Amino acid sequence: MAGRRPIIEIRNVDKFFGEFQALNDVSLTIHAGERVVICGPSGSGKSTLLRCINRLEEPSAGRLTVDGIELTGAKGTLRRVRTEVGMVFQQFNLFPHLTVLENLTLGPMRVRRISRSEATERARKYLDRVHIPEQADKYPAELSGGQQQRVAIARSLCMEPRIMLFDEPTSALDPEMINEVLDVMVELAASGMTMVCVTHEMGFARKVADTMVFMDEGEIVESSSPDAFFSNPSSKRCRQFLDRILEH
Amino acid sequence: MAGVTGGAVAGGIGKPGAGDRAARLRSALGLVKTRAIPVVLYLIVMYLLVRVSLTGAEAMGYNWQWYRIPDYLFRLTDDGFQWGEISLGLVTTLSLSLQAFLIALAAGLIVALLRLSDLVVGSALAVAFLEFVRNMPLLVLLYLFYYVLGPIFALDRYAASVLCLGVYHAALVSEIFRAGIQAVGAGQWEAARSIGLSTGQAYRFVVLPQSIRFMLPPMAGEAVHIVKSSAIVSVIAVVELTTTGRNIIADTYLSFEVWFTVAAVYLAITLTLSIFVTFLEKRYAVKT
Repeated sequence: MAGRRPIIEIRNVDKFFGEFQALNDVSLTIHAGERVVICGPSGSGKSTLLRCINRLEEPSAGRLTVDGIELTGAKGTLRRVRTEVGMVFQQFNLFPHLTVLENLTLGPMRVRRISRSEATERARKYLDRVHIPEQADKYPAELSGGQQQRVAIARSLCMEPRIMLFDEPTSALDPEMINEVLDVMVELAASGMTMVCVTHEMGFARKVADTMVFMDEGEIVESSSPDAFFSNPSSKRCRQFLDRILEH
Repeated sequence: MAGVTGGAVAGGIGKPGAGDRAARLRSALGLVKTRAIPVVLYLIVMYLLVRVSLTGAEAMGYNWQWYRIPDYLFRLTDDGFQWGEISLGLVTTLSLSLQAFLIALAAGLIVALLRLSDLVVGSALAVAFLEFVRNMPLLVLLYLFYYVLGPIFALDRYAASVLCLGVYHAALVSEIFRAGIQAVGAGQWEAARSIGLSTGQAYRFVVLPQSIRFMLPPMAGEAVHIVKSSAIVSVIAVVELTTTGRNIIADTYLSFEVWFTVAAVYLAITLTLSIFVTFLEKRYAVKT
């Protein structure tokens, strides 16, 4: 990791929803190829921070640079950044009126402007990668939750992004389906993708994270290597949080 | 509905051919069962209505001349086949309604998109248009188009009618579009944005296709509504179905027969539309 260039730079970002401050002076640098896992109690601003990175939320103050492009309101840069940043949602958000294959080819064909045959080939490649090549012609509603989430991951990968954001990707899944999604994410991490994951799956975090970030009340309380983070967290709030989620 | 699912189960058990037939029979029976009570009620009410008008007509000594009506639908003379006035009026009503509906769809979509846009001016314009049109009697709007806008923009009575109906229904249609668009969840927008689609592309490929099934039933209602409200253009003497009826009565005094016929023709159009839309809804229901 050392010596790699920063790919996401977050500087003193604030975010208000009306009176409520969701992010409070957050700064974080993420390097190319780095895997960052963000955890923290609900309402601590994890998702908001993630959504600021591809600007589904607009920061109220501060600066955010992705891959050298400063995120301002300008539409051109916004779309360019979004094509470089894939996002996987808690609720999958697949397009229910399109088949799996059409879900995967829509972005590449309409945004990247590649041909249908090339997009289809690419879609099949990534369906293979998430281990469901046989589901290409089904509609999302015909798949299990775990399969839907893997399709969602493949949909993002089809844009061939440099960064993948995961917003609690396993929180809406039945327990027996969590691992099939985590396995795909571990493989993705092994391929060198820059990943920012909001998740409470600490086993996954231990396995892939280069950096653990703990957030509480809109602030980054702790940011350290997984070893230091799990064995000896420096802040009291972080220790309490870990005790609560790791005790069983 | 119960008949349909029951039929599907039976089809699974029996031989394929026989099961299919049984399923079809059952679903037909189910349809009759679910429709039976409304149909009987309808027949009773219609019978009473006809009965009352017949006795009323008899009491006032009305001279029924139904045999003269078919000539107004079509004539077979030595010159060959000819459409009658009522049929020609029907064609005008249909083309008027269709053109107005197309205008309403296009303008309604634009108004709905403006209303939902981030542009303050856009949504203010949309709301102003909506409130202006919705809170004005259709008749007054028609007079505005014909007597005010007509001379200014050189609109003939037909063009003024089409535009007036189109604009009036655009307001109603835009609300249908808006409701349908808003029925698609925020997650769909976020997913569309996250793969880099522009707002226009998100509407075109993700949001609108999903809103169609929310919009179909009320849109069908609007199509029926527009056919019915097109009758109002008879006040500026556009020769459509209603005007034709009035003209025939002015010549012949056959008011009972002609108005019954005209009403039946309107009913035939709107019922046909309703059946067509039920068919469309079923097709869309299977897909998702």
